[in-house]
Amino acid sequence: MSRITYREAVREGIREALRKDSRVFLMGEDVGAYGGCYAVSKGLLQEFGPDRIRDTPLSESAFVGVGIGAALGGMRPIVEVMTVNFSLLALDQILNSAATYLHMSGGQFNVPLVIRMATGAGRQLAAQHAHSLEGMYAHIPGIKVLTPATLEDARGMLATALEDPDPVLIFEHCNLYNMEGELADGAGAVNIDRSRVVRSGRDATIITYSASVVKALEAANNLSSEGIECEVIDLRTLRPLDTETFVDSVRRTHRALVVDEGWRSGSISAEIIARIMENAFYDLDSPVERICSAEVPMPYAKHLEDAALPRVETIVHMIRTMTGKAA
Amino acid sequence: MKEPAPTVFQRLERERGLHLLKEMLRIRRFEEKCAELYSAMKIRGFLHLYIGEEAVAVGVMQSIKSDDAVVATYREHGHALARGISARQIMAEMFGKVEGCSRGRGGSMHLFDAARRFYGGNAIVGGGLPIAVGLALADKMQQRPRITCCFFGEGAVAEGEFHESMNLAALWKLPVLFVCENNLYAMGTALARSESVTDISRKASAYAVRSEAVDGMDVLAVDAAAAQAAASVRTSGEPYLLECRTYRFRAHSMFDPELYRTKAEVEEWKKRDPIPMLISQMAAKRERDSAKHLGDDALVSEEDLARIEKEVAAEVDDAATFADAGSLESVDELTRFVYSERRRPV
Repeated sequence: MSRITYREAVREGIREALRKDSRVFLMGEDVGAYGGCYAVSKGLLQEFGPDRIRDTPLSESAFVGVGIGAALGGMRPIVEVMTVNFSLLALDQILNSAATYLHMSGGQFNVPLVIRMATGAGRQLAAQHAHSLEGMYAHIPGIKVLTPATLEDARGMLATALEDPDPVLIFEHCNLYNMEGELADGAGAVNIDRSRVVRSGRDATIITYSASVVKALEAANNLSSEGIECEVIDLRTLRPLDTETFVDSVRRTHRALVVDEGWRSGSISAEIIARIMENAFYDLDSPVERICSAEVPMPYAKHLEDAALPRVETIVHMIRTMTGKAA
Repeated sequence: MKEPAPTVFQRLERERGLHLLKEMLRIRRFEEKCAELYSAMKIRGFLHLYIGEEAVAVGVMQSIKSDDAVVATYREHGHALARGISARQIMAEMFGKVEGCSRGRGGSMHLFDAARRFYGGNAIVGGGLPIAVGLALADKMQQRPRITCCFFGEGAVAEGEFHESMNLAALWKLPVLFVCENNLYAMGTALARSESVTDISRKASAYAVRSEAVDGMDVLAVDAAAAQAAASVRTSGEPYLLECRTYRFRAHSMFDPELYRTKAEVEEWKKRDPIPMLISQMAAKRERDSAKHLGDDALVSEEDLARIEKEVAAEVDDAATFADAGSLESVDELTRFVYSERRRPV
């Protein structure tokens, strides 16, 4: 075991992939000389050289498309997009090319491309750097959407994604990069097909992903001291969505709360709730609830940003209400 | 006095001329058949015909080797045919049949063929350019001596991806042959109404990319220019922009009433039809050679033309018959090809 941050776990994942497979290279804005906007790739340029740690111009659409072409040409590119908001400049390539090539070609051309990007709010980065659009990407058939919330996933999901024959998007929450913990030295590829019950409980199920997992666990611990035991599910993968795990849990706890940093309307939270209705409606003891980001572009001011995001207190309050134990 | 027998060089020239002629006629007659089958409702969706532009795909493709990659646009029947995808497979694709080159999943705008390294069939204008750059990057990183040929229309030049791709290909010294098919209209928007600088080949200089503009109605000129451009890409490993100035004789698609250009303009361009142009070029060559008593074998005779037309008609008819007899994929298979079917090794 080693003490390591989420940032270092991602870096170790990239480093291991570069060492193991000569087809792997990292490409993106400021991944080389600068060391990565969030310092994820710091030191990799020195270790692997400019051919495999490629600084790109500010051409998101082109370098994501180049990633697609390179993947088609036999390479295993890891494309870093600085933040999720910038990925919209490459949305055409992601949706119209990466996600469609296999299908349009009748199964001839798969695109083994990995795209990593920072997502989420909490660092006062305002309305063009801090949204959570992974739920929007999860709408698209043909790609996979991963949201690592733990050190193990931060390191291992990349290895799994690189083994995948199809395009995989990995959303790293910017507030998790400094999270520290213990990680097994031999940690590697992880299963991405199933979500994970990270805390067991009998009274309610909190279904969440990414940095909100940390908030949900803190809320669950606070509620435990009041005698309310919450089950917490880390979805891990938003597409394909593992319906079975959360439906099984809701059938046992009879209550469900979805915590999602995305906007509420048309969100992944709406999809999860619809699946609960489709599969566990008669098992419910209370209406399914959700806590999402407020429907505003992310504000800069700290108190407004805090108010816009799911918080531990709002989760605690909602669970108390749902379980009939509100003060 | 008996004419001297044609030299080997003359025979080769004649064979090459006849080959180019046949390739253009294959596309011309195939496209005419497509229009007919569209009216007969055998082909649906968008259908973009290449009639008038045949010299570009045929001329360029002569310099593209079998292990090179080709990336094309939504007006790509001609490129697919010239690349060697069978007329049968292309027609079956347009019929939505499983025997099609994309199993009927793509249609007219999305022809693909892995065996011929034919990467679409890209119907987002400009979208194919970064992919071509990426294919070339993969070749360079794996030290494979091959090039990627990327076709796009002049409309794509207005897209950011054209500029981003030219910059990246030049910056990273990647072997891409960019071929701009300038047919003067982006759907119905004339070049002069959409570009502040209409000389497209000049735009390459902003990225220090070598470039040339060529008469895209003249297959011999395109052939020569492409040979030089492809050789440049192969030897330097760096990109090249070849602008082919051409014209589309038919409407943009089958839904286009052509309100944006005059019939007189179209008729004027038809005088420069690449197919009769090649025939007359070969005839002129014959006259010059005859005058020099070099023999008269380097020409297209009436018999040659009749034979080629017959062969082409047979190929096109066979393709239509094959497509019509093809089978429809089972609806049970609807959700295939969204993700790869081979298992992930975890």
